[in-house]
Amino acid sequence: MSDLKKIRDEFISKLKGKLDLAELNQIKSDLFGKNGLVSSQFKKIGTIDVSERKKFASDLNIIKDELQDLINLKINEIQNANINEKLEKEKIDVTLPERSFVRGKIHPVSQTIDEISSIFSEIGFSIEEGPDVENEYNNFTALNTPDNHPARDMHDTFYLDDKKERLLRTHTSPVQIRTMLKDKPPFKIIAPGRTYRSDSDQTHSPMFHQVEGLHIDKNINMGHLKGCLNYFIKEFFEVKKIKMRFRPSHFPFTEPSAEVDIGYKIKDGKIIIGEGDQWLEILGCGMVHPNVLKNVKVDTTKFQGYAFGIGIDRLAMLKYGINDLRAFFDCDYRWLNHFGFDPLDVPTNYRGLSR
Amino acid sequence: MKITFDWLKDHLKTNLKEKNLLEQLTNIGLEVESVESLSSENQLFKVAKIIKTEKHPNADRLKVCDVNVGDKELKKVVCGATNANEGLITVYAPPGAIIPKTNTKLEIAKIRGITSYGMLCSESELNLSDESDGITELSKKYEKNIGKSYFSKSKSNSIDLSITPNRPDCLGVKGIARDLAAAGFGKLILSKEKQIKLKTKQTLKVKIKKEKGQGCSSFGSCLIKNVKNTESPQWLKDKLISVGQKPISAIVDITNYVMLDINRPLHAYDADKIEKGIIVRNSKSGEEFKALDNKIYKLEKGMCVISDNKGVLGLGGIIGGTRSGTEFNTKNILLESAYFDPRSIRNTAKKLNLDTDAKFRFERGIDPLSIETGLKKAASLIQEICGGEVSKIDIQKIGSYKVKTINFDVNSFENIIGFKISEKEMRRILTDLGFIIKKEKNFLKLSVPSWRPDISQQIDIIEELVRVSGYDKIKTLDPIKDRSKSTLTQTQRLFHFLQRAIASKGYLETITWSFTGQSYNDHFRETNKEVKIVNPISSELGVLRNSIFSNLIMYMSKNLDRGFKDLSIFEIGPIFTGSNPGEQKTVVCGLSAGKKSRLSWIDKERDIDLFDAKRDVVQTLSEAGYNSDQFFIDSKTPNYYHPGKSGRIFLDHKKDKVAAYFGEIHPNILKKIDIKTENLIGFEIFLENLKLSSKTLKDQKLQFAVSDFQKSERDFAFVVNKDVEAQELIDVISNVSPDLISNIKVFDVYEGKNIPDNQKSIAINITIQSSEKTLNDKDLEKINNSIIVAVENKIGAKIRS
Repeated sequence: MSDLKKIRDEFISKLKGKLDLAELNQIKSDLFGKNGLVSSQFKKIGTIDVSERKKFASDLNIIKDELQDLINLKINEIQNANINEKLEKEKIDVTLPERSFVRGKIHPVSQTIDEISSIFSEIGFSIEEGPDVENEYNNFTALNTPDNHPARDMHDTFYLDDKKERLLRTHTSPVQIRTMLKDKPPFKIIAPGRTYRSDSDQTHSPMFHQVEGLHIDKNINMGHLKGCLNYFIKEFFEVKKIKMRFRPSHFPFTEPSAEVDIGYKIKDGKIIIGEGDQWLEILGCGMVHPNVLKNVKVDTTKFQGYAFGIGIDRLAMLKYGINDLRAFFDCDYRWLNHFGFDPLDVPTNYRGLSR
Repeated sequence: MKITFDWLKDHLKTNLKEKNLLEQLTNIGLEVESVESLSSENQLFKVAKIIKTEKHPNADRLKVCDVNVGDKELKKVVCGATNANEGLITVYAPPGAIIPKTNTKLEIAKIRGITSYGMLCSESELNLSDESDGITELSKKYEKNIGKSYFSKSKSNSIDLSITPNRPDCLGVKGIARDLAAAGFGKLILSKEKQIKLKTKQTLKVKIKKEKGQGCSSFGSCLIKNVKNTESPQWLKDKLISVGQKPISAIVDITNYVMLDINRPLHAYDADKIEKGIIVRNSKSGEEFKALDNKIYKLEKGMCVISDNKGVLGLGGIIGGTRSGTEFNTKNILLESAYFDPRSIRNTAKKLNLDTDAKFRFERGIDPLSIETGLKKAASLIQEICGGEVSKIDIQKIGSYKVKTINFDVNSFENIIGFKISEKEMRRILTDLGFIIKKEKNFLKLSVPSWRPDISQQIDIIEELVRVSGYDKIKTLDPIKDRSKSTLTQTQRLFHFLQRAIASKGYLETITWSFTGQSYNDHFRETNKEVKIVNPISSELGVLRNSIFSNLIMYMSKNLDRGFKDLSIFEIGPIFTGSNPGEQKTVVCGLSAGKKSRLSWIDKERDIDLFDAKRDVVQTLSEAGYNSDQFFIDSKTPNYYHPGKSGRIFLDHKKDKVAAYFGEIHPNILKKIDIKTENLIGFEIFLENLKLSSKTLKDQKLQFAVSDFQKSERDFAFVVNKDVEAQELIDVISNVSPDLISNIKVFDVYEGKNIPDNQKSIAINITIQSSEKTLNDKDLEKINNSIIVAVENKIGAKIRS
């Protein structure tokens, strides 16, 4: 038996026994260390007779590979066993609660404003704003509601001075005036914002929100108004079809004026928009009164158009099934959490208005 | 405005049904608010007489009444009215009746131990008037009606219409009938004026004083002598009751009837109580009179009054006075039918805070040509019911009525409305509405009927035409999806962004009122002007807010009281700096209370602190595109913040405008408000103070440049005076070599052992990296030394050994 075979047999049998990592490393070093048994054999290759040298080298390599593989296998086994043992010990109760997190929410009115803006953006409206404190002229007189006009009684106004010159705007319509005084026609704007009336009970809040719409251009007629609102209501309620009714009414700043009703029904305690025989008033609108256009120096022989005003809070209530207006401004944590929207849910046209 | 179909039929010939009527009314702009059934259910209300009353054994204010309701047995009814006396004839509602005012069904009920079978009703409960003081009192004449229904049998429902302020003509049944007829709902019946013989002269002299601001331009009157005022006949009573009016006496009922029928308010005086004659004039300052509502009014100068030699008799077109009022024994009456200027009426009523039916009508505009018609109609009815002789009609005028004309271009209709109607149809509608039409070359010359003060220009005609033709004919023209201007401005986008950025950090968005209570506001007002509301809904909501904190802190407190401990809320909205338009700022204001990681099994719990708020603000601003490396922060804050635990942020070292404040709310405020929490931290971001970049985002992005050369980190600990701020240290270090120092991080602040009393140690980690080469030890050593020298020289800090 050659030396090589002897070495092989001896170590194969050694490696069959139960060994720890240190012992394995010892064997590794005994064989393949600087003066290890296998290493020494390699050094001998040069001294071997040429006729046998090739075979010797080949045998040696085979033995070397065999032993090396076996040792690596053994080491791997032990390492795996160690990891498994460790994993076994490290098991943790993953049903324990995660680190705490808090979710912020967007108020339903803000969300609704964004929804409205998104819809009107599609058809070319841009957003205008105006101050909460207005002068009497912009809020009433310029809007064809002169002093001593009975229509002023319909607005319970908060005043900031005894002369009644400064007030909290009772509607968003003064933004029409500001916009038209500032720029030249055409105008195509909406103006959402806070509005105020000194009215406070179950269904009225002294502060509420409106969105004003104004479209002035050449040849804009009442059919465009109807089409615009029809589009808006359909988009807003995210329904394919709506029932809408234009009803004659009177606002000093539009003529002809209309109130708009939408058809609805109550099913299982929930309101369904667009079906049923009941009517719900949701907004007022009309063709901008020539007196208003004259007040802001718009040439009525060239330009005409429509305006509308919608109660935002009411729209939000209808869409999201909120039945108490007062709760909007009560800041009850539970209410805000329940009716609020995730800040990442930005209403956009391409991903839809709401989830 | 209440009407019944039956009453309408006095003026309108139609075969259509009530259901069609309701639809049609709404379609022409006379909105139906409600329909009240007067028929079967109201038959339950009976005329009854109180036979006996006893004090309720268990209640001082209640009485137990035995009531004759026409049955054999008397009914026991518990009643609290002071006028529930024996012998009173009143209205009784049996169990099962629905009380009109409350719409509740009456049941047999035990009231303090005594069973009450039904109820005795007040006028207000029957919707007859606002009188809720005591139960209805009926005159002796009703004695024969005991047990009979109080309300007459009417097949017609009471229809309540909401008449817009531009349509005074529709405050009379006839006006409504005219509109309906124009819309094709039947034919208007042209009622002939009843001819009565007017022989005698009107002997009471009437004079309208020609004064500046005279509110009366025309005063018609007639004398009716030897009348016998009585109760109205049943038909008249029924008519009035059917529209919710309470019959009083024939003369009053007749004037009311004429008013409701043709919107012609009249006033009846007891002619014998008028001293000499009538003078219509402006009031003198301080004049007083007792009105029919039993209140004494002190007048200002220049109100239109009807007076005699003795003084004021009444306020023209608003309310009469008690001195000359008619009663059942009135013998001679003067009937007034006048025209009062809407402006004058409104001014006076507003100043005196008076609201009457007559005022409501006159301020909207009464048909100036209805003076005579009204007088004749009423006089003939009075004569018919009360007898007497009617004098000739006297009309005093200052100025005459001019018919308004409008040149109407028929093409304008389609231009505004978008659909076409034929000229023939236009003429038909306008004629039905009372216009007189003259065809001119390019237009129709229209004479506006005198009862339509709302019509003065072409657009008013267009409105009439479309209203009567039907709004359903208006086309629906789909909008074009086209945008020529961006939807939001840069500021609006920023508003949006900040709103959602703050919410995404765990804050619940609130919307609170723009006004607040003075005491709350004062905590956060500083030296800002207080903006008072003259007429607030309550004194607790009397000022516009100078800060959003006033509301947020109040609602935070409420939520904490509800048992929520750890809470963050915010609002983005206006605060006010003055009472002029534009004196407002947009603020994002946040407030957090309580702890972080409360009751956590894994993290250590701690009070929320100002660095939480600072993170939220700085992170939000950097998300919005502002470079936080350039922020300058100091500790000058408004006095509602804790002076030592609050800061303000500028976007850069130029310190132009304050971008934000953050910090603990002043402990004194917490004490005063008595808010219960571990800590209360707030912030305010001022939208208008955030400079908007003139560059777009794609221009703002710098070229992408990073260094792949090796970077080194070095730690330093400097001992500095306690008042040295970390920011100073960082500024000095970053200026040493801005190209090479890529990051500076404070990782420890230490005071105490081994550090002198008035000093502290700040430990800083500095990252050094070149974009040109790998720095060798020598390079690094050089920077290290420069840092140490700079810090020592500029701040007087010592490197900690």
